Amino acid sequence: MFGLANPERFMRFTRPVTPGLWALAAVLLAVGTWLSFTAPEDYQQGDTVRIMFVHVPAATLGLMAYAALGISSFFALVFRHPLADAAARAAAVPGAAFTALALVTGSLWGKPMWGAWWAWGDARLMSVLILFLFYLGYIALRASIDDEARAGRAAAVLGLVGLINLPIVKFSVDWWNTLHQPASLLRMGGPSLSEVFLIPLLTMMAAYAALFGALWLTAIRTEITRRRVLTLRARAAMEA
Amino acid sequence: MSPLRTALTVLFRRELSLAWGGGGGPLLACGFFACLTVLVPLAAGGDPAGLKPVASAIGWVALALASMLSLERLFERDLDDGALDLLATGPLPLEAVFAVKAVSQWLATGLPLALTAPVAALTLGLSPDLLPLTALAAAIGGLGFAFTGALGAALALGARRGGLLIAIVVLPLFIPPVVFGAGALERAANGMDPIPALALLTAYALFALSLGPFAGAAAIRNAQS
Repeated sequence: MFGLANPERFMRFTRPVTPGLWALAAVLLAVGTWLSFTAPEDYQQGDTVRIMFVHVPAATLGLMAYAALGISSFFALVFRHPLADAAARAAAVPGAAFTALALVTGSLWGKPMWGAWWAWGDARLMSVLILFLFYLGYIALRASIDDEARAGRAAAVLGLVGLINLPIVKFSVDWWNTLHQPASLLRMGGPSLSEVFLIPLLTMMAAYAALFGALWLTAIRTEITRRRVLTLRARAAMEA
Repeated sequence: MSPLRTALTVLFRRELSLAWGGGGGPLLACGFFACLTVLVPLAAGGDPAGLKPVASAIGWVALALASMLSLERLFERDLDDGALDLLATGPLPLEAVFAVKAVSQWLATGLPLALTAPVAALTLGLSPDLLPLTALAAAIGGLGFAFTGALGAALALGARRGGLLIAIVVLPLFIPPVVFGAGALERAANGMDPIPALALLTAYALFALSLGPFAGAAAIRNAQS
């Protein structure tokens, strides 16, 4: 994996992988959507259960993206790796988008289920909202410091500080009395969902994961290319 | 006294006098806190019954905002005139420098606010027998605010619009103490035991106290490079 740390090798490796991921994401999204619409109605929730197939993958990916951001920040800070810095930056906006999608779809699901669009004081909702604010703070900090290297390192520190929120989000439904559904997938005793819902859900999770992977790799490649352009421009200006 | 102890004492005295004396010090923060506390009942139209349920919440939001006031100049002043570089090359590790600055911030802003908080709580309609608890919770929360705020100030060093940026960066980190602090007051107001919420508040403050200096020192070194 560290062989990919070389930007040239990374670009060569990801050249075929990135379009492959986009294609995989497209296929999985198509299959997942079809499966979501052909899954049976829930005996309690009726048709609204289908929001789960958008909401749960979005929330999972919001968390995973922050983990990617945090780990990249760690490598950027400790090993001073420019590729890690690019990876952290690239994970921020897609991660924030997935988290926002999770919050919005959760709210749309909450209205028919709980009778409320939002529940202040609910541990899961609060911790995911805080996750979203951490994303925004990261993006704001990165954008506000003019020197790019310095901005990257300051943002890396902030990214690492925010990692503490991830276990809180995951275990919030166990540690606190919440309205939100307790864990049904990653729990002791295995998933508690029946197969007819589990298969579409897992397909959509894989689809979102492939989508995030494609977005992330594309953004890193763009970042590397952008830095190359800046270097070339600087060199051209010097030689002119 | 070992040279490290001397350096620590000298720095502490300097930071405390700067934080206390420079730019209005505690009066500025307390004045801002008082203004916010007065603004809310005015905005609510003067109905005391309506204020009661949100009194502790508003008090804590005002406390959080007032704690953010003097953060911007905490490190920036020293960065601008080169004192931060001297401190970085001095006998004390940057982590200790950060901790001393954060503690001075607490002593000069957090504790005065904690003394003003009972007055604000009375204004907002909280019952008088909750006042000692208000002061205690505000003092502990203030410690958390000071260390987390100092971390935000260190991260935003050298950025444009530092003050606003600190507020954005520090806002998600300020949420736990506000929730726990207001929760402690709410529980006490409803006759329940506030100790669990106070314990969580203290845990947050200790967490910020132990991890803040390391993250803050990394941020300062980054800004000096």
